[in-house]
Amino acid sequence: MTTGTQAPRVIANSYTAGKLPRWTPWAVLAVALVVSLGAAAIMGSPEGEFNWILGIIGGVVLFVFANWLLSRLVEGARQATNRLITSLVTGAFVLALIPLIWLTLTVVVNGLPTFLNGTFLSQSMRNVVGEGGGALHAIVGTLLITGLAAVISIPVGLMTAIYLVEYGTGRLAKGITFFVDVMTGIPSIVAGLATYAVFALIFGEGVRMGFAGSVALSILMIPVVVRSSEEIIRLVPNELREASYALGVPKWRTIAKVVLPTSIAGITTGIMLSISRVIGETAPLLIVAGFTASMNYNPFSERMMSLPVFVYTQYVSPGTDAQFYFDRSWAGALTLILIVALLNAIARIVSHYFSPKTGR
Amino acid sequence: MKITRIGGIAALAMVGALALSSCASNETPSGDESSASTLSGTFNGAGSSAQGSAQEAWIAAFQTANPDVTINYDPTGSGAGRATFIAGGSDWAGSDSALSDDELAGTFESCAADSKALDIPTYISPIAVIFNVDGVDELNLDSDTLAKIFKGDITNWNDPAIAALNDGVTFPDLAITAVHRSDDSGTTKNFTDYLGQTAPTVWDQKAADTFPFQSGEGAQGTTGVVDAVTNGSGTIGYADASKAGSLGTAAIKVGDEFVSYTPEAAAAVVADSPLADGRDANDLAFKLDRTTTDPSHYPLVLVSYSIVCQEYADPAKAEFVKAYIGYITSADGQSVAAESAGAAPLSDDLSAKVADAIASIK
Amino acid sequence: MTAAPARIAAKKRLGDTLFSGAALAAGTLILVVLAAVAIFLVAQSIPAFLVDPAEIKGSPDSFWSYVGPLVFGTVWAAALALIIAVPIALGISLFISHYAPRRLAQGLGYTIDLLAAVPSVVYGLWGAGVLAPAIQPFYAWLVDNAGWFPLFTPPVSGTGRTILTVAIVLAVMILPIITALCREVFLQTPKLHEEAALALGATRWEMIRMAVLPFGRPGIISAVMLGLGRALGETMAVAMVLSPAVIISFVLTSSQNPTTIPANIALNYPEAHGIGVNVLIATGLILFVITFAVNSVARWAVSLRKEFSGAN
Repeated sequence: MTTGTQAPRVIANSYTAGKLPRWTPWAVLAVALVVSLGAAAIMGSPEGEFNWILGIIGGVVLFVFANWLLSRLVEGARQATNRLITSLVTGAFVLALIPLIWLTLTVVVNGLPTFLNGTFLSQSMRNVVGEGGGALHAIVGTLLITGLAAVISIPVGLMTAIYLVEYGTGRLAKGITFFVDVMTGIPSIVAGLATYAVFALIFGEGVRMGFAGSVALSILMIPVVVRSSEEIIRLVPNELREASYALGVPKWRTIAKVVLPTSIAGITTGIMLSISRVIGETAPLLIVAGFTASMNYNPFSERMMSLPVFVYTQYVSPGTDAQFYFDRSWAGALTLILIVALLNAIARIVSHYFSPKTGR
Repeated sequence: MKITRIGGIAALAMVGALALSSCASNETPSGDESSASTLSGTFNGAGSSAQGSAQEAWIAAFQTANPDVTINYDPTGSGAGRATFIAGGSDWAGSDSALSDDELAGTFESCAADSKALDIPTYISPIAVIFNVDGVDELNLDSDTLAKIFKGDITNWNDPAIAALNDGVTFPDLAITAVHRSDDSGTTKNFTDYLGQTAPTVWDQKAADTFPFQSGEGAQGTTGVVDAVTNGSGTIGYADASKAGSLGTAAIKVGDEFVSYTPEAAAAVVADSPLADGRDANDLAFKLDRTTTDPSHYPLVLVSYSIVCQEYADPAKAEFVKAYIGYITSADGQSVAAESAGAAPLSDDLSAKVADAIASIK
Repeated sequence: MTAAPARIAAKKRLGDTLFSGAALAAGTLILVVLAAVAIFLVAQSIPAFLVDPAEIKGSPDSFWSYVGPLVFGTVWAAALALIIAVPIALGISLFISHYAPRRLAQGLGYTIDLLAAVPSVVYGLWGAGVLAPAIQPFYAWLVDNAGWFPLFTPPVSGTGRTILTVAIVLAVMILPIITALCREVFLQTPKLHEEAALALGATRWEMIRMAVLPFGRPGIISAVMLGLGRALGETMAVAMVLSPAVIISFVLTSSQNPTTIPANIALNYPEAHGIGVNVLIATGLILFVITFAVNSVARWAVSLRKEFSGAN
């Protein structure tokens, strides 16, 4: 801040005048927590129980209100609303983290010991009763089934999204948009039953194969790919397309070289989301891919195990030493989450390479 | 640039796939000389989830003895299992209830023409009444009281009807939460059949897979019921006895005594029950007599069957089924199930009948 | 605009033909798949509509009185889940896109994305085994102190497996789906719009309200629809957590809860045979119709405000 040489007297900083210092929210938060926890301690003491959860909740509520009030008095209504929203948005985030962390901790704490026991990642459940054994057959099955589902769904979904945004006009596009929405609501178990009906027509009753599982998952996956890619591609500014056309670039190259790279980060998010959505599906796989304790590398014949089915069956029908089964169940869940984390990381790196370098 | 990048990713994916496709270390390649078994191939069964853990143990033992055989058992549920078997989709079915007369009247796709199916009891398991009430370790109940609790007529643990059956136990003033299966299940069918037979005045509903009253709470599967009872307080439920874990189990009144479940007492009820009428001599479908007053019996029991063809269209399947069902009903097989799934072994008398039935399979 | 010149016909390029053909084929394939599912559902459902209601489970007066409570439960559970999830999801998305420090934001975003990968079985395990017992005392307190309020009519559930617990579990499940898409949409807001708003003296919230939210509106609705789709169709988690009954009730904390269509199918299908299977599939068809209706409304809502889309 430079002051005029003509006026040697110190004037108040006009940019910060009438504003609360930056540390105010933290101070208010601390005071609110102390007050609330103190109140909880005093009220709880006769019964000997200190309800710290209630204390923290009270403190946060108190903070939100006090922060708003303070800002309302000092800074005016608009700033107060702004602060209130900031508190709420941050609060929403923290609130969401609670179940998320809780859930993750539950899975990690219950699953990690079995996950690391050496046999879990190197053995199947063939001829295993009680302790030991592993989920290799289920891991391989999940990767094959979900991989095939992705091979089916991503091209179909992405091309449909491109059709809807870039080519589609009139009734067909409207119809597809609408029916894709309807597809998002197909319950997974119905997708499984429908797939089974089709495969039973072709291969006879009692058919079970990994590929049928992929088809069932595709029914669930395609609408997610379409819906998310469509939204993202639609957001690519028309100026970019027009600039490309103006340079004489054909439409398909414009889409492939301008539209898709611009939206690749969002599309990747959408695709990963769709994979995450289906990789944990249990009900359809139980119906069409079946249940086995042995390895099977061929998705086109016989039963194939998958991790969600593994988790479910280990939980639902444990033997006498139930704890081993539950441990394997949690370890299976942990494996599934780790697989998706890995896929996510790979997808991020890939999309990072392909996306144009922007300020984002 | 791009191409090398894609190539790099593809290579990475290939390496990953190769690393994963290495064989599971517990699965030795088959074809070695060590086994004398001539059976080979993949065979599939489907059905009762109550049998799930027993099947797992049986399959493990059978595959060890016959390394060229792969057996899969889908624990999809008895109804789905029977439907799959009838449509020819599996080689045998596991079912908590025997084939109905309607089902027997139809055709069985995987059986030889004009050949029907047989019900063979392979898995007998007592159903325990489990409870979780602070300060109460032992509980005696008769079927009237049990029926009233599950029907919602008795709603508090300090009800005089409960106290009258339990001398010297003080019950807390605590609401009863009766937990039943929310999914359709053979366990519910056997439980309601028991209440219907022994307490007909209170329990005026037919035995059914679905819990018939709008009372108490529902939970999915045996594990769900056990979890709900464990995590709640003042809870009571029914579940496969082997899954009761550390929960208290109630003794039920048979005749003049209170009987706790034992595998022997459960097997005894089945052995003394009459067979269903109008069936093939080798069809061992039981009509369980739960009104027994013999205190060596525990009438709250589930019988699960293996449903097989009298004559298979494919002789290889007949050979397998005879060997496999023969194994699981043998003394060996039954003790494996007792150990790993808490089943009650078939009585000697019943085993002999079962062996005859299996011998008749063609 | 001056008078239009003679129309210039663009050269037909092979690449264009192939590309647009492939796009059209993909779109058509979706219609075919959906038609196949619909045909399957309708064909399998017809017997259920014709059957004597006495043969349906529980012997209701008609097929519709069997389906009624299920439809109610499905919509009620999904609505509760959305009421909980949407404000929180919007909050998280805004936090990640406009509030959190940039470095932190990406990591946080990915962490939340990962939660979409938690299998529904695990949500079921967590909901039934961890959340329900933990939240039951709160329900008991609520019923004791607010039992006069129709949503909390006593008696309280002894295990906490109520429709509210299910709604919370569903909300946690759909949170990552809504968040991921909203975040991407918010990040696509043209920087010029945002900076213009800030330059005019808007506070951060005013900037968001005037530039970000209107721009993202269709995307938000799409995201919510995807979340709703999952909430309506969720099978295993609901089946494992809920204590179901055949009932229409708004009470959030009781043992007797309306159940949802997919959960009902999952619970009853394994033991169903004959006409029972048809009845269950017919309920699946009803769910299909519900989704249809809900989506029509949402599409209509989006079409009211098209002008913010980049590619209109």
